[in-house]
Amino acid sequence: MYRYIVKRVLLVIPTLLGAAMLVFVLMRMIPGDVCVIRLGGGGARFDARAVAACHAQLGLDQPVWRQFLHFVWGFCHLDFGTSMWSGKPVAYEIGTRLPISVEIALMAAVVAILISVPLGTISALKQNTWIDLIVRTLAIAGTATPSFWLGILTILAVLDLSQAFTGTPWMPPIDYVPLWQDPLRNLSVVILPAITVGYRYAAVSMRMTRSTMIEVMREDYIRTARAKGLLRRIIINRHALKNALLPVVTLLGIEFAFLIGGLVVTEQVFNLNGIGRLFVLAVQNQDYTLTQALVMLVVVVFVLTNLVVDLLYAWLDPRIRFA
Amino acid sequence: MSFSAQFRPPSPVIAEAEPALEHSPLRRAIGFCRRQPLGTFGMAIVLMIAVAGLGAEWIAPYSPTANDFGAMTEAPGWAHLFGTDQLGRDIFSRIIYGARTALVVGFSSALVGGAAGLVLGVASAYFGGAIDLIVQRVLDVMMAFPLIIMALAIVAIFGTGVHNVIVAITIPLIPRCARVVRASALPLREIPYVDAARACGFGHSRIILRHMVPNVMGPFLIMLTAFVGQAILAEASLSYLGLGVQEPTPAWGLMLQGGAEEYASTAPWIAVFPGLAIMLTVFGFNLFGDALRDALDPKLRDR
Repeated sequence: MYRYIVKRVLLVIPTLLGAAMLVFVLMRMIPGDVCVIRLGGGGARFDARAVAACHAQLGLDQPVWRQFLHFVWGFCHLDFGTSMWSGKPVAYEIGTRLPISVEIALMAAVVAILISVPLGTISALKQNTWIDLIVRTLAIAGTATPSFWLGILTILAVLDLSQAFTGTPWMPPIDYVPLWQDPLRNLSVVILPAITVGYRYAAVSMRMTRSTMIEVMREDYIRTARAKGLLRRIIINRHALKNALLPVVTLLGIEFAFLIGGLVVTEQVFNLNGIGRLFVLAVQNQDYTLTQALVMLVVVVFVLTNLVVDLLYAWLDPRIRFA
Repeated sequence: MSFSAQFRPPSPVIAEAEPALEHSPLRRAIGFCRRQPLGTFGMAIVLMIAVAGLGAEWIAPYSPTANDFGAMTEAPGWAHLFGTDQLGRDIFSRIIYGARTALVVGFSSALVGGAAGLVLGVASAYFGGAIDLIVQRVLDVMMAFPLIIMALAIVAIFGTGVHNVIVAITIPLIPRCARVVRASALPLREIPYVDAARACGFGHSRIILRHMVPNVMGPFLIMLTAFVGQAILAEASLSYLGLGVQEPTPAWGLMLQGGAEEYASTAPWIAVFPGLAIMLTVFGFNLFGDALRDALDPKLRDR
């Protein structure tokens, strides 16, 4: 087990270094000189001294290998430089927007698990009945529905329903308050985006739960459990679900990346000032320092989530642990 | 008169020929439709969208960019089937033309990204050893970027517009395809005919392209249908964010960007129909891909 953990943890290093290199190269593939674009954006005149100063500020006057080392070293101690657009430190820009995105992501994951595991299980147990058909259609529709459209429809529904019941249309607030300060207000900001993102996330794991559950229910040990007269509830909860959920756990980890992608558009729909929206703004404003920091942040989250999932999987499945 | 024309096969031979008839493309298609009603439904949606995209000039009643300032945010009716947007443009016509944009982006990204991934995946499996190891690590790194994040980063570099969006979606699809293809190509390397081809002195590219690639076509085609759906969804997301296809090109995601939220309560059709078009199209590709997988995988047939 320890060997596996050490091996798996060490594997993270080349992946992150490679990702850093890719981001570094991508950001240097921008056609033209970043400083010239930045200074001459509005067609204004600029002098060579200003460009040189900008180069020095961004460290572009140094050799490439040094720039790369500086970039990686900065990342290692959370120094991402200053935002080219706002002039504030990138760490500050990210830090202020991180809580809301993290809360939406976690809540979306909870929503997804609450929807997908029971529905996927029921669908598998009632295979080829109308319940199964509805769940499967919901799942396939979930993977096909753009989350921003679902967000718009949700806002539309909330507006119409509140208009019908209270007489005045109600819109969810957009300013984030931490959960411990005002739980009700916090939830009213976060719950709709979480459901919107969570539905898509649920759709994928619903399909997975269904198919692994069908597979497991055909296993010999389930037949044995049935033959010895165990209650159906116990067979499903103790014997089947425990085994069927293993691949679902992996999938949830991998799909976490989609969830982050989903946040980018969903925060735009709900007008929330989170990481996703910051990313879009960074790209729109051609703020390369901010863009590269955000891309790296997402990659780090993704790689670490995968690491946790793999370790969890090894812990749950002895076949991997002792392989 | 030639020998074959003179020769009339006796009846037993005809009886033997009948099973072969069952494998005719038409029979197989009918069989597929009967076994996979959902897949057939998906295929019908895909065909419908394809017809709309190809024949947009003949089907759309109005120009997608023509403004009718006398009929702004008009509700769906006979004059405007899906209503008009805040600039007085016919939503139905824009959706029909938008199908073309979606299909162009979807198919080009899926085909180019898929083809590159196919060759890379098979080559990686064929050469094995150090090359395989390096390719796999590079793919690992690329897979660490979620599709939309990678696409946004590429758009940040190259800028917006249809061509750049295609590039931005194609690149993240390559590692996803290469992964799956490599896994199906690995066992092929051990099969004697690849050895035989090597013994005949064929070059690497000939063995890869002529002998190995055709054998991974099954999983590749299934993945391709999923890729088209994914690419259409990614294009819609990018365009919605204002970082994809730009006005005046009609695109579904773009239609949801401008007035859709602003007019949500007074003119909900502006938001509803383009989203429905995206969902239906991706739904169609997903259903079709699922059915294709079930039909090709005997283990899944009775599910």
